[in-house]
Amino acid sequence: MEKSPLIKVKGFFFGIFSGLDRQLGLILLGLAAIGFFTFLSASQNTPVQILEEVRNLVLSFVVMWIVSRIPPKWLEMGAVWIYGFGVALLIAVAAFGLIKKGARRWLNIGVVIQPSEIMKIAMPLMLAWYFQKREGIQKSWDYGVAGIILAIPVFLIARQPDLGTALLVFAAGLYVIILAGLPWKWILPFVALGVIGILLIIIFGSTICAHDVVWPLVHNYQKHRICTLLDPTSDPLGKGFHTIQSMIAIGSGGFFGKGWFQGTQAHLEFIPEKHTDFVFAVFSEEFGLLGNLVLLALFFALIKRGLAISASAPNLFTRLLGAAVTLIFFTYAFVNIGMVSGLLPVVGVPLPFISYGGTALVTLGFGAGILMSIHRHRRLVQS
Amino acid sequence: MVSFKKPDLDSFQERIHIATLFVTVCFLLLVTRLVWLQLVSHGKYALLAESNRIALVPAPANRGLLIDRNGIVIGRNYSALTLDVNAEEVKGNVDQLINDLSEIIDISPRDRRNFKRSLEDSRNMGTFPLRSMLNETETARFMANRYRFPGVEIRARSFREYPYNELASHLIGYIGRVSQKDKERMQAEIEGAKADDPDALQASFLPGIQYVGKIGLEQSYETVLRGVPGYDQVEITAGGKPVRTLSSSPSIPGKNVVLSVDIKLQYLVEQLYGNFRGAFVAIEPETGDVLAFVSKPNFNPNDFVEGIDSVTWKELNDSPQKPLYNRPLKGIYPPGSTYKPFMALAALENKKRTPSQTISDPGYFDFGNHTFRDDKKGGHGIVDMQKSIVESCDTYYYLLARDMGVNMMHDFMKPLGFGQITGIDLQGEARGVLPSTEWKKNTFKKPEQQKWYEGETISLGIGQGYNAFTILQLAHAMANVANNGIVMKPHLVKAIEDPFTRNRVLTTPKESYRIDLNAENIEVIKKAMLEVNISGTSAAAFKGTGYQVGGKTGTAQVFSLNSKEYKHSATAEFLRDHALYIAFAPVDKPTIVIAMVVENAGFGAQHAAPIARKALDYYIEGKWPKEIPEWKRAP
Repeated sequence: MEKSPLIKVKGFFFGIFSGLDRQLGLILLGLAAIGFFTFLSASQNTPVQILEEVRNLVLSFVVMWIVSRIPPKWLEMGAVWIYGFGVALLIAVAAFGLIKKGARRWLNIGVVIQPSEIMKIAMPLMLAWYFQKREGIQKSWDYGVAGIILAIPVFLIARQPDLGTALLVFAAGLYVIILAGLPWKWILPFVALGVIGILLIIIFGSTICAHDVVWPLVHNYQKHRICTLLDPTSDPLGKGFHTIQSMIAIGSGGFFGKGWFQGTQAHLEFIPEKHTDFVFAVFSEEFGLLGNLVLLALFFALIKRGLAISASAPNLFTRLLGAAVTLIFFTYAFVNIGMVSGLLPVVGVPLPFISYGGTALVTLGFGAGILMSIHRHRRLVQS
Repeated sequence: MVSFKKPDLDSFQERIHIATLFVTVCFLLLVTRLVWLQLVSHGKYALLAESNRIALVPAPANRGLLIDRNGIVIGRNYSALTLDVNAEEVKGNVDQLINDLSEIIDISPRDRRNFKRSLEDSRNMGTFPLRSMLNETETARFMANRYRFPGVEIRARSFREYPYNELASHLIGYIGRVSQKDKERMQAEIEGAKADDPDALQASFLPGIQYVGKIGLEQSYETVLRGVPGYDQVEITAGGKPVRTLSSSPSIPGKNVVLSVDIKLQYLVEQLYGNFRGAFVAIEPETGDVLAFVSKPNFNPNDFVEGIDSVTWKELNDSPQKPLYNRPLKGIYPPGSTYKPFMALAALENKKRTPSQTISDPGYFDFGNHTFRDDKKGGHGIVDMQKSIVESCDTYYYLLARDMGVNMMHDFMKPLGFGQITGIDLQGEARGVLPSTEWKKNTFKKPEQQKWYEGETISLGIGQGYNAFTILQLAHAMANVANNGIVMKPHLVKAIEDPFTRNRVLTTPKESYRIDLNAENIEVIKKAMLEVNISGTSAAAFKGTGYQVGGKTGTAQVFSLNSKEYKHSATAEFLRDHALYIAFAPVDKPTIVIAMVVENAGFGAQHAAPIARKALDYYIEGKWPKEIPEWKRAP
């Protein structure tokens, strides 16, 4: 029997969307919508092309859709290659990368690319592949090997220097290692050390931030950033300006916010990078705590869903990869909101799906695509 | 369902749970932070956002005019085009911008300095004038190149101007840019005012006050003239660019100050002094109105308004002529023989002499082992009171001084105003010295210096010795006698005028106090002084007046004003005697009294009296001396 045109159209859409996780899709659409509306307000005084933002969002979803069609097996097979390719690019950057603003992070291969971005996906891929390979015969020293796999690109990125990205790549790899079963007795001492370290910094902040105190292992500007976080007023017109102004934006938003397009902090240009890294301040000012709770709920739902997909994934590779990608989303969101609200030092981390920026959106779309692919192919692999 | 082992999945599930817990904790941390910022601290941040967003742009108030008693404007404002630069736009490359601008508009090093100074002074955002008084060509040239200079614009600004330049500079004073000190002082004033009147909040907008009176009437009537600056509440960007005006509070223009000074008389006297230095004060005795207040030489107050250049400043400051010195207000001189009529009145009032009582003057007076000489060799012969004044007989007053003693003289002269602050409406008045035994005791440190010697009394009688008064005090005392003992506070300002309604409010027309003087005694003195100008020392100068005028010449040895300061540059000229003169006219009902000194000019009759004559001729009869250029109203 001939199908009616309506059924055909329906079928086509179902065809396109078949296997896309509906929950995840709705959450991402919600986030993208928030991002788009915030972008409209944030870019009011800075003529960033709206079409460009639309294109980036579409591109991100297209990438997600394509990746969701790729069977996880293919990713598993490509993992080593992608990782190797990424590390090779990082070495190339170290050798003859472009220097901008004192950092060597970019490579000109016709277009200028930032290879460290690739590592954000390549790292969990590679480690998930490794642990998949060692499944069942896993030994303690496997964590050592994983550590080396992790350390090489992190080291290369850190010395560009790009501490923010290095930490994110490190976190992405670490998630895989921990989820793969890194013994608690190895984890806890570090957690304890970290907690003590943070407490010490908070307590002795004013002493160690004194002008003539030189910190080992970190650049002066990095020390400055942390110190500025501890006391933004110490440099109100310099590094502290961003933090202070974004805190003012968030705080002045109140519970209901000032309303869409009504944020004075944003529209009078007090917020730096207001459509990229600091877009959360714009959103917070205009939509208030209420808006923030909705946004955080969406992110939380995204992470819950991502973890749920990973938990029901068919093999170790997909489980590790899915959970790591989800936790990368989490890390982005947490670090971004933390830094904009003055909890964490200012590092260049975008707010997933909200911040303007093609590369980040594509990377995130790729990650979301991986989750969708895992979900879509869960039975195919199992059977 | 075979490709993974059960235990592994369990361990993975467990870690997923832990991860979920970790994520939840982190999100709660964020929520707490946001609640803290958006609920708990919302008020604080809302306020910060508001103060971020709003800038108060001052709208300076128009300064009140200075108007003479006949309506001639001697201090006014005019509008001129200025090149204004937005401070935010030039951060970092001020010099480059000024260099570029100076290719099309003339910018002096002084302009550059002033501009940079205002940039440094004011951490506020805003615009500052770089060049003022642009002419048409410059304006046109800039407009053509405007696109090259974002943040630079041409604006109309109000400037203070003294249209007669040097004329009356010491009494007018001048305004200048507000200094840090001025600001602190005004802040204190405003806070004081606020405590009294909480509604006076608007007056606290200090940034609107860019100029302040520095000396003269501009200083003493500052609060009247200034008005209240207004401001616009303007929404600004982080870069300080105005976005829109939210509200404005208009400025209230300052009030006009109406002087009691007759500026034409002032002009005439200043001209009559020529190159001589000196002080001249004319007072209307009945009211205390100061009609002329001359200090020569003077300076051009216009030079000071936008900040004086260093060359002119050095010239003024280093000149031995002391053009910045307010002589009638601060210069103290021995009154010389002009003191004699007051001494005579003191004698009558204290019954130490009668008008007809005579002395025989041999030309000198011996006291102890010191001989006090008279001007006239061989003496004036038999001298009664009138003759003592008409011929200016010193011996008469040596004897009188001895008979009265220093304290009796002091007690009589004090209410007349000698050695006292007159309370004129200018700051920095000198007190001078009216000696008494008490005064000497308080002034000197060593006991032998504190003692009063009888010999010191003698020369006081002829206005020498410790006597040292300002010309203002001398005029004031003369006015008090001419006004029959009714003391009117001398003042330069008659009324305050509302700039819109033109309503005038009189300032100080009230009498201060009365001196109980015998009218007959005053008549004796007035008559004697009239005779001075008929047959006495200044008869020549007053030959053929159409009115009756009383006067008295004086010659004072160079003493207090210059003795210290001129030691190094002392020349013969600066050692010559000062010529003094006092007068009142018409005698029967005086409308004007005069006290004056012409420094280092020699005899009073020769150099001072003729100036007084011409001033009186003009003031009483409207006669303008031929040799003086006609008064021309400023354009």
